[in-house]
Amino acid sequence: MVVALLVITAVSGGLLGLVYGMTKDTIAEVDLKKNQAAIEAVLKTDTPIDRIEETIVDDLTYNLAYDAQGNLLGAAVKTYSNAGFSGRIELMVGLLVDGTINAVSVLSQSETPGLGANMVNPKFKDQFNGKNPASYNLSVKKDGGDVDAITAATISSRAFTGAVKMACDSFEANKSKFMKGGQQ
Amino acid sequence: MSNNLQTFTKGLVKENPILVLLLGCCPTLATTTSAINGMSMGLATTFVLIMSNLVISLLKGFIPDKVRIPCFIVVIASFVTIVQLVMQAYVPDIYETLGLFIPLIVVNCIVLGRAEAFASKNPVFPSILDGAGMGLGFTFALTILGCIRELLGSGSMFGFRILPETANILLFILPPGAFICLGFLIAIVNQFRKESH
Repeated sequence: MVVALLVITAVSGGLLGLVYGMTKDTIAEVDLKKNQAAIEAVLKTDTPIDRIEETIVDDLTYNLAYDAQGNLLGAAVKTYSNAGFSGRIELMVGLLVDGTINAVSVLSQSETPGLGANMVNPKFKDQFNGKNPASYNLSVKKDGGDVDAITAATISSRAFTGAVKMACDSFEANKSKFMKGGQQ
Repeated sequence: MSNNLQTFTKGLVKENPILVLLLGCCPTLATTTSAINGMSMGLATTFVLIMSNLVISLLKGFIPDKVRIPCFIVVIASFVTIVQLVMQAYVPDIYETLGLFIPLIVVNCIVLGRAEAFASKNPVFPSILDGAGMGLGFTFALTILGCIRELLGSGSMFGFRILPETANILLFILPPGAFICLGFLIAIVNQFRKESH
């Protein structure tokens, strides 16, 4: 009895290890590619980017973009919210030096399809493009802000907006540190 | 041979796991918000069913009766994890939408049910056919349910827009819509079964 269980679990364990080893690299590659694509998408402006540096501040991952002269162009900040309707929402927010939101990309979300999941649609997420938090109140209209929430998905919209705001606030507080050349 | 054929086809219609046996309703109701999600969930489950039936049928002489359930679970869980890793690596988009429900295939009652009721008592080949039949029956039911809900709820089918956005009935992509659709589907199937008797 014990032997049978032991053999079965041992063989299963070995097999799983094998499959894990085979898929590990591909999974990491997929994740990396997705992250990279999101960074590029949200940092896209007319100014060419010379290099991107990664650093972690306030628990958020910053991808700082510099031009050839070492001037800070902006940052792609990976931010999140646990206040969504179901599960964690992860966003990549592209910010320009003056704090203006360049673009937002959704990295992962598991909101209700047809409702909160519509946050990936340009109709919702592109309303942030070109807005500066200094003159644009980053909260949904129901809470007195300027953000048009998704119909029937206020909770998801609120979580999304909260995540964007967190990235903006953190960048605003820390950007002086990144200004000249970063940590070269 | 006709016996084998019957083993295969009974899962499709006569003993369809969802529409007749009503087994494994949790993933059915939760993942069928779109046709492609329903189908992927069905195919993932089919793979697990075939493989676990195969292995359990091979091991039926080796597994002592007293610990058969833990042994079945270990076998099933291993295949589910393999599916999970492979999907994560090669179809990350579908993996993300199905997310939590992939690991939940482990406790899908169809898989354990077929292991206990069929594979542990029958030779290898019929067990594979049983797994394939049941799995495809499950996939079929999930795809139909996904199609209906996607069409009524988001106005599209397999991602192609058919109805204008204004015609969307939100209810159908929400959990109550799943119950309503499944209820109607079962009613229709029951009607046909009654007539064919």
